[in-house]
Amino acid sequence: MTALVEVRNLVKTYGEGEAETRVLKGLDLDLETGELAALLGPSGSGKSTLLTILGTLMRPTSGSHRMLGEDLTTASDRDLTEFRNRHIGFVFQFHHLLPDFTALENVIFPAAVEAGRETREARERGRELLVRVGLEHRMDYLATKLSGGQKQRVAIARALMNQPELVLADEPTGNLDRESAMQVMDLIGEINGREKTTFLISTHDEKIAEICRRQICVVDGRAEMGRERA
Amino acid sequence: MLYGLKIAFRYLTANKTQTGLLIAGVAVGVFVFIFMSALIGGLAVFLVQRTVGDIAHVTIEAPSRDPVSLMPEGVEALVVEQRATNQRQQLRTADAFLPLIDAMPGVAVTSQQIVGNGFLVRGVVTAPVSVTGVETDKVSAIANIEKALKSGSTDLSNSTVILGSKLADDLGVGVGQVVRLQSDQGVERAVVISGIFELGVEALDARSAIVSLATARTLFNLPQGISRVEIKLADLNQAPAMAERIAAETGLKATPWTEGNAQLLDGLRAQASSGNLIKAFALITIIIGVASALLLSTYRRRPEIGIMRAMGASRGFVIFVFVLQGALIGVFGGLIGAGLGYASLLPFPVPELAPPGGLPVDVRQGAYGLAIALTAIGAVLASILPARAAARVDPVSVIGQ
Ligand SMILES: Nc1ncnc2c1ncn2[C@@H]1O[C@H](COP(=O)(O)OP(=O)(O)OP(=O)(O)O)[C@@H](O)[C@H]1O
Ligand SMILES: [Mg+2]
Repeated sequence: MTALVEVRNLVKTYGEGEAETRVLKGLDLDLETGELAALLGPSGSGKSTLLTILGTLMRPTSGSHRMLGEDLTTASDRDLTEFRNRHIGFVFQFHHLLPDFTALENVIFPAAVEAGRETREARERGRELLVRVGLEHRMDYLATKLSGGQKQRVAIARALMNQPELVLADEPTGNLDRESAMQVMDLIGEINGREKTTFLISTHDEKIAEICRRQICVVDGRAEMGRERA
Repeated sequence: MLYGLKIAFRYLTANKTQTGLLIAGVAVGVFVFIFMSALIGGLAVFLVQRTVGDIAHVTIEAPSRDPVSLMPEGVEALVVEQRATNQRQQLRTADAFLPLIDAMPGVAVTSQQIVGNGFLVRGVVTAPVSVTGVETDKVSAIANIEKALKSGSTDLSNSTVILGSKLADDLGVGVGQVVRLQSDQGVERAVVISGIFELGVEALDARSAIVSLATARTLFNLPQGISRVEIKLADLNQAPAMAERIAAETGLKATPWTEGNAQLLDGLRAQASSGNLIKAFALITIIIGVASALLLSTYRRRPEIGIMRAMGASRGFVIFVFVLQGALIGVFGGLIGAGLGYASLLPFPVPELAPPGGLPVDVRQGAYGLAIALTAIGAVLASILPARAAARVDPVSVIGQ
């Protein structure tokens, strides 16, 4: 079985000349379908950088990045935008919902922007997802009227909207209290178990990392595979 | 794209005060544009009406041989009449070409005239007059004598005269009194004053004596032929073209009103260009206002734009959303401004009927469609810069924050 994501010898440097910083120094990484992996590493080690590259929001300096068999290092911007929309979901530390839109409108954004309108099916699925994340009573609330934990659950629902193969979460619980953080992780675990969606979650939190079946550590610009739990 | 429209609309309604102010600003610009159009257009109608209302649009005369040498220096209003009294330039063949001219499309009315100079004598008082002989049923064909009548009537017989009010005052005469009319050909007739008019044009009110064609024939020893034909057109703007056509078809000298009023036309042109300048500034103000407001909004929404891009919105989609905001602002501002403009111009009488001293704005010349279209186009152009800035937002630069 081929990997969902296949990264080889990935290099990313920021800046030029004197100010050049080499963040990723030949990183190799495979992610299989259905994995629930934590991304660990000290601050500044390059976790966000890696997630951004895996999410096709940034191009690596060199190395290869394939997903679903497609070579994403050579694809055009337009193709990457479309690929991202279809196959990748994002959850960020700071929720980043569209503030002037309701919870439901936020959730269906990825589908609506693809279809050019909000279809009835999209609304149906959006409602289901919001029920699943426990926000059936907040569907028509404006994003700004939700609590931090609620916003993060809306963001997870949105990440799942287009049924992506891969969801990238950059410190999704970094801004939440312990209880909300655990709720969010339970939700991620449940979706991962049921839908075989692959999750890669960066975190500083050992407890969060322990929930994940696999742990990947970015050390000195390379990925060190942690233990794999049964 | 429906979805882009929804987002653009939501962005505009999210901050109602800001959008309201922006649209109000655009509406004011459009209002200025429309008001200037109506004012400049109205002033032109008013001034032309004022100038041309009581004169012929086209005058037909015999081709003159040497008119300049016949004009005495230093005599003001009498110049034209003096030339005609020489009788050397009469139209002998009016019957031949008049039906032709009458049949031309665009010709409203023709008036055959015999003109000449003379004196009006009452007792020991004498006043110089310019005598115009007209067809008795066309007294009011060129200048509206009927409307300007102060007393009496415009009925003309072979022994009556209609005088300008200033002239009547100078002589101290009124309707019903008898005066003697003396032509420069030495012929003298006693005539009864049948009417007195006041056109408000000094030269006419102080000098003009209108008689029937028959009376004029006697006075000026002109058993046949006429001095000139004056023509009113349906559209006075067609005068130069019509004059050219008449001259070509009859071989006579046809002069449009514009020829003697070059200053007026220059003035109107200058007025129109200054109006256009003001309108251009109104448009520029709209464009700058819309551009700066949208640029500000682009900046404020950077994080959202980044997130939309991360969620799979293309650059084109982002551009579309922002250009659409500009277009919506332009269209709404344009419609509101045009509506306000129309509503505030409507109470004004059209310039043809404007009272002296009134503002001669012309509600028909508001150029509403043009104002709305230019504003919408301007607003779209204004949004291109902010839209491109929005499309360049790098998702990576905002999601880390
Ligand atoms: N746009 C950039 N320009 C220059 N250097 C950058 C840029 N983004 C990140 N870096 C540098 O790259 C390194 C890795 O940053 P990154 O954000 O990937 O770390 P991280 O592992 O996510 O850290 P944290 O755990 O604090 O979020 C850091 O040293 C950072 O200063
Ligand atoms: Mg980070």
